[in-house]
Amino acid sequence: MEDLKATPLQAQHEGLKALMAPFGGWLMPIQYEGIIAEHRWCREKAALFDICHMGEFRFRGDIQAGGLEDVFTFSVKGIPVGRSRYGFLLNPSGGVIDDLIVFRLAEDEVMIVVNAATAPNDFKIIASRLKEPAQLVDISAQTGKLDLQGPLSREVLVEHLGSELGALPFFKFTRTRVLGEDAIVSRTGYTGELGYEIFLPSGKTAELWELLLKDPRVAPAGLGARDLLRLEMGYSLYGNDIDEKISPVAAGLTAFVNLDKNFVGKDALLKERETGPENVKVAFRVDSRRSPRHFYEILHQGAPVGMVTSGAFSPMLSCGIGMGYVKPEAAALGTRLTIKHERVEMEAQVVELPFYTGGSLRA
Amino acid sequence: MAKFFTKEHEWVEMDGAQAIVGISEHAAHELGDITFVELPKIGKSVKQFDTLAGIESVKAASDIYAPVSGKVAQVNDKLEDAPELVNQGAESEGWICRLEGVDASELGALLDAAAYAKYLEGL
Repeated sequence: MEDLKATPLQAQHEGLKALMAPFGGWLMPIQYEGIIAEHRWCREKAALFDICHMGEFRFRGDIQAGGLEDVFTFSVKGIPVGRSRYGFLLNPSGGVIDDLIVFRLAEDEVMIVVNAATAPNDFKIIASRLKEPAQLVDISAQTGKLDLQGPLSREVLVEHLGSELGALPFFKFTRTRVLGEDAIVSRTGYTGELGYEIFLPSGKTAELWELLLKDPRVAPAGLGARDLLRLEMGYSLYGNDIDEKISPVAAGLTAFVNLDKNFVGKDALLKERETGPENVKVAFRVDSRRSPRHFYEILHQGAPVGMVTSGAFSPMLSCGIGMGYVKPEAAALGTRLTIKHERVEMEAQVVELPFYTGGSLRA
Repeated sequence: MAKFFTKEHEWVEMDGAQAIVGISEHAAHELGDITFVELPKIGKSVKQFDTLAGIESVKAASDIYAPVSGKVAQVNDKLEDAPELVNQGAESEGWICRLEGVDASELGALLDAAAYAKYLEGL
């Protein structure tokens, strides 16, 4: 049995009778009341997620001279202070070591937020690409993270944490005080709704969790609902939809890659862009309520062409939705696909992302 | 009539000459939010413990086995658009189908409610 890590909210999850399961080396809440009810709450009100498992690193130093500018697929120098940017850490073959968000805290200071399972390896790789005297510190253990997501999240946050948060635009953050401690409140998320990620000292996480949950507009949501929410938006889940063998070119995520700058993996991406990737990501919508699932086979005109990497029943669309990788000839919009696993079989059609377009994300 | 259960968590209840079939409340709870029920075709003949239907939840896809042999006489077509009825009442309004041509002696191979409750305790 692997040794699972626990977030500072174990007692709270236990009190709420959450269904707990391992995720990325952590014991995490999958659901409280029910996955679909929590999903709906996030689409209609404000859902609170324990995201303390994610990793946070702090970089201090000169971004160019310290080597950070060449680490990711996007320019860190180009991020204005107070803004954040999403992109990738690649291996030399162009495969995705992790997807992450960089927060520009100051001219010479950034916070890097990474996935839980990949955090230790990310840290080693990022550190190995830096030059002294720049410093990279893993601040995951002392950093708590709560996500408040949903159309009512702004009014809830303004009421409990301060009116200045109401003006925060999409992908901007502010360094503020929460419960008397230094904190970062960022207008980012993984749900497609208006929402915030709150970084604060881990010792204060439980207090903020309880304060926000007292508000009748707020309900807790687990990783089950989070997975449905992100899939309806077509957001990739690291380990499913992207990994070390998949490049941002194959994943259709070149919008987060700046080829005008240097980064590890760039040569491989340029080459792949020229030759075309062997398999490409597609999004598809199932004709029925059946759920495609990870590892289900994808067929086109009777022949195997690929594999599902994420799939679920979409409560907003009332049908199955999924993403996967297929041979390029089966990837055009409108292509008919068959998804198959043992006795389960469903018909689907290649569609554009996002699946769900009614969210309050940019409200 | 009383309900009888399989160890795979289906239930069956005789109603005259027909058998009403569903999944147990325990199974529905374990599956979580049910999103799809693959109803059997009317007229399909099944042997006891053969695959009868399918059910999908947010978490998993599972087969439903025939608790007794018979021919599908009727299906609960409300489940096509409202599979959540199984979560709301797995052993009542969330029934799956009715079988005809049933041999009631096959019920002897199943668990009665008390035996099923005891079986669940041991899981």
